[in-house]
Amino acid sequence: MDDKNLFGVACLFKDPNKLLPLVKKIRELGFKNWDVHSAYPLHGIPKAMRLKWSPLGYIALIFGLSGASFGLFLTWWTMSVDYPLIIGGKPWFSFPAFVPVLFELTVLLASVGTAIVMLFVIFKLPNNRHPLNDTEYMKKVSSEYYGLVVESKDPNFDYDRIVSIFKEYEPSEILDINYQELELKYQPKVFDWKFILFLVIISAATSAFAYFYNNKVLYLPPFDFMLNQFKLKPQESSTLFSDNFGMRIPVAGTVARGEKFYPFKGKPEEAGTKLVNTLEPSEENLKLGQQKYNTFCSPCHGWRGEGDSRLNGQFPNPPSLHTEKLRNWPDGRIYHVIVEGQNIMPSYARLLSEKERWAIVLYIRALQRSLNAKQEDLQ
Amino acid sequence: MNQIDYSVEPDVVQGSLSQRDINEAISKPLETKPTKLYYLALGISSTLLLIGAISLALTLYYGVGLWGINQPVGWAFDIVNFVFWVGIGHAGTLISAILFLFRQRWRTGIARFAEAMTIFAVMTAGLFPLIHTGRPWLDGYLFPVPNQHHLWINFTSPLIWDVFAVSTYLTVSFVFWYIGLIPDLATLRERTNSKVKKIIYSILSLGWRHSNRHWHHYEMIYLILAGFATPLVLSVHTIVSFDFAVSILPGWHTTIFPPYFVAGAVFSGFAMVQNVLIVIRKIFNLQNIITLDTLEKMNKVMLATGLMVGYAYGMEFFIAWYSGNPLESFVFLNRAFGNYAWAYWIMVSCNVIFTQLFWFKKIRRSIVPMFIIGVLVNIGMWFERFVIVVTTLSRDFLPTSWDYFVPTIYDIGILLGSFGLFFTLVILFIRTLPVVSITEVKSVLKTSQPVHH
Repeated sequence: MDDKNLFGVACLFKDPNKLLPLVKKIRELGFKNWDVHSAYPLHGIPKAMRLKWSPLGYIALIFGLSGASFGLFLTWWTMSVDYPLIIGGKPWFSFPAFVPVLFELTVLLASVGTAIVMLFVIFKLPNNRHPLNDTEYMKKVSSEYYGLVVESKDPNFDYDRIVSIFKEYEPSEILDINYQELELKYQPKVFDWKFILFLVIISAATSAFAYFYNNKVLYLPPFDFMLNQFKLKPQESSTLFSDNFGMRIPVAGTVARGEKFYPFKGKPEEAGTKLVNTLEPSEENLKLGQQKYNTFCSPCHGWRGEGDSRLNGQFPNPPSLHTEKLRNWPDGRIYHVIVEGQNIMPSYARLLSEKERWAIVLYIRALQRSLNAKQEDLQ
Repeated sequence: MNQIDYSVEPDVVQGSLSQRDINEAISKPLETKPTKLYYLALGISSTLLLIGAISLALTLYYGVGLWGINQPVGWAFDIVNFVFWVGIGHAGTLISAILFLFRQRWRTGIARFAEAMTIFAVMTAGLFPLIHTGRPWLDGYLFPVPNQHHLWINFTSPLIWDVFAVSTYLTVSFVFWYIGLIPDLATLRERTNSKVKKIIYSILSLGWRHSNRHWHHYEMIYLILAGFATPLVLSVHTIVSFDFAVSILPGWHTTIFPPYFVAGAVFSGFAMVQNVLIVIRKIFNLQNIITLDTLEKMNKVMLATGLMVGYAYGMEFFIAWYSGNPLESFVFLNRAFGNYAWAYWIMVSCNVIFTQLFWFKKIRRSIVPMFIIGVLVNIGMWFERFVIVVTTLSRDFLPTSWDYFVPTIYDIGILLGSFGLFFTLVILFIRTLPVVSITEVKSVLKTSQPVHH
C-alpha cells in the first residue's frame, strides 16, 4: 500500500479483554504514532501504553499559585496602597478579611487555567477536521467497540505486517482510515478578510454600545433619578416664590452669623478713609486672595484685572483695575465696592467673608504693583 | 417488598443494559419529538417566568419600593430567595465532586443532571443580589473596578466575598460540567444524521475523538476539578452565611452559621434533585439508570443532613440560653413564639419532623411518599431562610422601629419567576443535552473494564 491518502489502519474489538494484549504487543514493537480509542477511560490502558504521568497537577499548582498571588496583590494594593480606607477599625492590610477573595481567585484561576491548557494546548482542540472524526471507526468506537489505530506516518509503518499482527488477536473488524479531500486541503483562515472584518465589526459594535450605554442610557429615565431629584439646584428658577428665584436672598436688614454690621452703606468716601486693611500681606493671605479673586472677580475683570471679561460680551466689560484712579484709591474704597457693588456689579457681601474680601484687596494691590512696578521693586 | 442485602453494593445500572442500549436510552429524549406533556410543563414554567419578568420589570422601573420591605426589614424575599437558590445548587457539586472523591459509583446516574441543576440554580440565585441593590444597572461596581472617585470595592465586606464566591462557583461548576459533557457531545456527534445538529455538536465537542492518550489527562483533570470544587462548594455557603454571621444582630452573629448553612444547602439541594429526577426517570424511562437504590441513597443523605439542620436549630436555642445574653434569648424565643412563629413551625415540621419518616425503609423506597417529603423539605428550607432573615430584622435592638413584613404581589411574582426561570432551564436542558452522562454510566457497567490488568 503506498496510498498517500491513508491516515492509518485500525482494528475494532467488542471485548476490552481482547484489546489489552494487542496494546501491549504494539507498544513492545516500538510504534510511535498509534492510539487506542474507547468511549470511556479504560483501566489498564495507560499502563499498557506506557503513558507518562499527566502533568496537569503541576499546571493546576502553577495557576493556583498565580491566582493566590494575584488575589493578594489586588487586595493589598487596592486596600492598603492605592486608596487606603480604614473599615471597622481594622488595619489597612487586614489579611484575614482578604482570605475569602484570595481563596476564590485561587480556585477560579486553577480550575479554568488547567481546563484551558488541557483542552487547547495539550489536546490541541478544537480539531473537528481530524481524519478519525466522522468515520465508521469513530461511530463504532463511540457506541460499543474498542479500537486501535496505527498511523501511516509512523516510521515503522508497514501495512501488511500490521494487518497480520492485528489478525492474530481476532478483532471484530480491520479497516483503513483515509484522509478526506477537505482534511488535506484545509488551511486555517485566521487572516481571512472576512474574519478580520468580523472582528472589526464586533469591536466597533461593542464600543458603540459601551459609549451609548455610559453616555446616553444612564441619563434616561428611570436611570437618572439620582441626577434629577425633586429639589431645586443652584440657579434654577422656581414658581414657588414671587420673584421666581430658586436661590433665596437674605432678608433685608439682617446680618448673617459670624458677620458684622457694615456701617458705611452708601458712603464710599467715608469707607475709604475710615476702613483699614488689618490683614498682613503674607503668602498665605495672598494665596487666599488669589483663589477668591480667580473664582469671583476674574470672570469679568480678567485674570490680571485688565477688564478683559471672559463673558463674551454678555455684560459690558468693566474698566481696568490698573488705572491711575484705582491705584490711588485707598484699600477701604476697594473694599466698599466688593461689599456694595457698583454700577452693574452686584454686592459680593453674601459670598465672601470679611477676611476674604480683605485678601482680595491685597491681591488686587499685588496685581496693580506687578503691572506698574517702580524702579525700587526691581532690586 | 423483597429483602435487600445492604452488605453488597447494588449494581449501579440495572436490567443488564449493553453499551449500545445506554447510548440509545440516554440519547432518545434528544432524538424524538417532545410529547404534549413536555409542552404543558414548558408552558407552565415559562408562564411563571413571564410573571417573574413582569414583576421584575416593574420593580426595575419604579424601584424596590414596590416590595414589602420596610424599616427595619430591609432584606426580605430577595435575600431569602438568593440563599435558597444557592443552597439548591450545592447538591449538584456535592454529588458530582465530593461523591466522586469518595468513589461513590452510584453518583454516575445523577451527576450530570445535578451539575446542570447547580448551574441553573446559581444563575437564578445570582439574579437576586443584583436586583436587591435597587439599581442593577450600576452592579458593575460590584467587581473590582475603581469608581469615578478612584475608590475600589471594599474587600473586607462579606457582600463582596459573595460576589467572588458566587461568580467563581458558577464558572467552576460550568467548566466541570462542560468538561464532563465533551465526550458525550462527541458520541452524539457521531450518532446524529441531522446536518444542523452535526454542526452544533461538532462545535461543542471540539472534535473530541475518545483517544486514550486524551482520556489519560482527562481523568486527571476530573480529579483536579473535583478536588477544587469540594472546598469551593463548602466556601460558597460559608461565605453566604457570613453575610449574616459577620453582622452584629443577635440571631445572625453566631459561629454555627457556616456549617449549619452548608448542611441546609445540601439538604434542600438533594430534595430538589430527588424531586426532579423522579419525574425525569419516569417520563424518559430511565428507571434502570437512575435506579431506586440511587434514590434511596439520596433519601439517606437527606435524613442525615436533616438531622444536622435539626441539631443546629436545637443548638441555637441552647447557646442563646447558655451564653446568658438577654438579646440572644429574646431573639430565639421570638422566633418560636413571636410574630413569625407560624413560619418557624412550618420550618421545624418540614425540615425536622417529616424527614424522620425516612427512617422507614418502606418510605425511603416508595416514590410517592419520598416525592412529597422532598417537596416539604424545600418548603421548609425556604422558610428557614425566611425565619433567619425576616424574623431577626423585624425585631431589632430598638423596639420603636419594630415592624412586620408582609410580601406584596411583586415579591410573590418574583419568587414565582425564580421557579419559572429554574424549571424552564431544566426543561429545556433535558431535551437538548444528555441528562445522564453516557461516558460515566458506560464505564461502571459490569463488563466494561478489562478483567486482568
